[in-house]
Amino acid sequence: MKISGFWIGIVLVLAAGFVLAGVADNQFLFFAGYVVLQGLIMAVAWNVLGGFTGYVNFGSAGFFAIGAYTAIALHQFAELPLLVLIVIAGIVCGLIGLGTGYLTLRLRGVYFAIATLAMAIVFESLITNWDYVGGSAGAYVITPAEVPFFDSFIEMMFILMLVLSLICVAVSRYLSMSRMGRGLASIRDDETAAECMGVPTLRLKLISTTVMGVMMGVAGAPFPFFVTYINPLSAFDLLIAVNAIAMPMIGGTAVWFGPVIGALLLGTIQQIVTVTISSELNILIVGVVLIGFVALAPRGIVGLFQDFARKRRGGGK
Amino acid sequence: MDADGRLLDVHGLTKRFGGFVALNNVSMHLNPRERLGLIGPNGSGKTTMINCISGALFNEEGSVVFRGEEITGLPAFKRAELGISRSFQIPRPFRTMSILENMLVPMEYAAWGRVDHATHEDRAMEILALVGFQDRAQENSGNLTQVDLRKLELARALAAQPDVLVSDESMAGLSSAEVDEVLEILFKLNERGVAVIMIEHIMRAVMRYCERIYVLDAGQLIAEGTPEEIQGNPDVERAYLGE
Repeated sequence: MKISGFWIGIVLVLAAGFVLAGVADNQFLFFAGYVVLQGLIMAVAWNVLGGFTGYVNFGSAGFFAIGAYTAIALHQFAELPLLVLIVIAGIVCGLIGLGTGYLTLRLRGVYFAIATLAMAIVFESLITNWDYVGGSAGAYVITPAEVPFFDSFIEMMFILMLVLSLICVAVSRYLSMSRMGRGLASIRDDETAAECMGVPTLRLKLISTTVMGVMMGVAGAPFPFFVTYINPLSAFDLLIAVNAIAMPMIGGTAVWFGPVIGALLLGTIQQIVTVTISSELNILIVGVVLIGFVALAPRGIVGLFQDFARKRRGGGK
Repeated sequence: MDADGRLLDVHGLTKRFGGFVALNNVSMHLNPRERLGLIGPNGSGKTTMINCISGALFNEEGSVVFRGEEITGLPAFKRAELGISRSFQIPRPFRTMSILENMLVPMEYAAWGRVDHATHEDRAMEILALVGFQDRAQENSGNLTQVDLRKLELARALAAQPDVLVSDESMAGLSSAEVDEVLEILFKLNERGVAVIMIEHIMRAVMRYCERIYVLDAGQLIAEGTPEEIQGNPDVERAYLGE
């Protein structure tokens, strides 16, 4: 069997993560790495529905919060291992994705975007009024002082996020490169024509919202353990939601590696700015960069490179 | 095929939009490999008819039977899988894809269960050669001219490996030479065994191409016959020109 460069890359990245965990002493590296990777998973998740399928939406970060609160609720109920919480949060968010998909996919364009935004607000209100998970006062999570195999808890969280990211990237790549990817792209380009060419549009759209939900939930479930204190405001944070959209837009939405590039770039810049200048400047940077790309390079960094390559080949078509 | 050897049988079809009756108790049929014309003034129900056949709309009364199988309630993608393919009046290419990728969508969905998957690209290229696109397969479909878009529309419909192709005004707005070009393509694909339902306002094309013609007026079927019979029919003249 031919082993593709992609899988070699996956193994190398994972190995590099473990080496870093073994060598580095600076705990901030893992902290920053976790935040970047969390953004990466969310960007990849958003792109499955917003990029591949063409259903741009503002609500998918709400699924992140639902994932986080599913973990909190289960943690209150019984102290389950983190991995189990992640799996259950993924399933819950996947089911909610399927359900909301069924309700909202009749809408298109700006109407769909508004419906998903409204949905996120509804969920935020529900959680604010749910005392079991702390309501508006929020909930604390006590993290263990020592963890097996790793030097610290944050180191373990970093490796966990790295593994989850690689899984999500692999799934997203499979989706975009398989027959299903072409079906999703045909829905993005022209849904009526796609249906008449035999594409089961409703089924593919539901798969798309479900996968988006699962990935968002998976990204959100470890979040309370990472920050140790969570309230509705921090879980439904505007910056988290905007990042999930900005990263794919900046990287390029049409291909699987677009959101990966966007997330690594934007996420890293944000961390550097937070440390060297100020955390408030973060939000400004996201906004400016996003406006710049939407206005000047709507197909993102990947699109810029494709145009450049085409020009070099000549023809200019 | 049903008992009468018909490929497609529409029986007593009625379609209403609110209080407006777009089609009233219309029956028509299509024989295998036939070149059928469907004509009528604007608003007579032609496009509604093919929407009911292709599954874009559902009829309230009557039935649509394809190869002896009732398909009245089936969604459009299922009908495409069975072998009913259509082109659109206003071309609807998949704009972010190349010409070849446009062809692969119906191959990988509508024709997935009927065609050997390893031969997809070869078959797509063969159909592209039919419309003269053999050297342009990698071109982006978003930048094509009107006549090229019409050709792609037909080629893509053909890539679904249909038994019936519904061509909805494939020639509207084309020059005389371009009309001949598209007609040539439609003749070629009929020779490959595909039955064609042609909806068209360009009478020269309809009369030259079709073996049999139905005429709709205000949702009613007013005539059926060969091109010669239709041309001499006083009802048809009245529908087009008034009293």
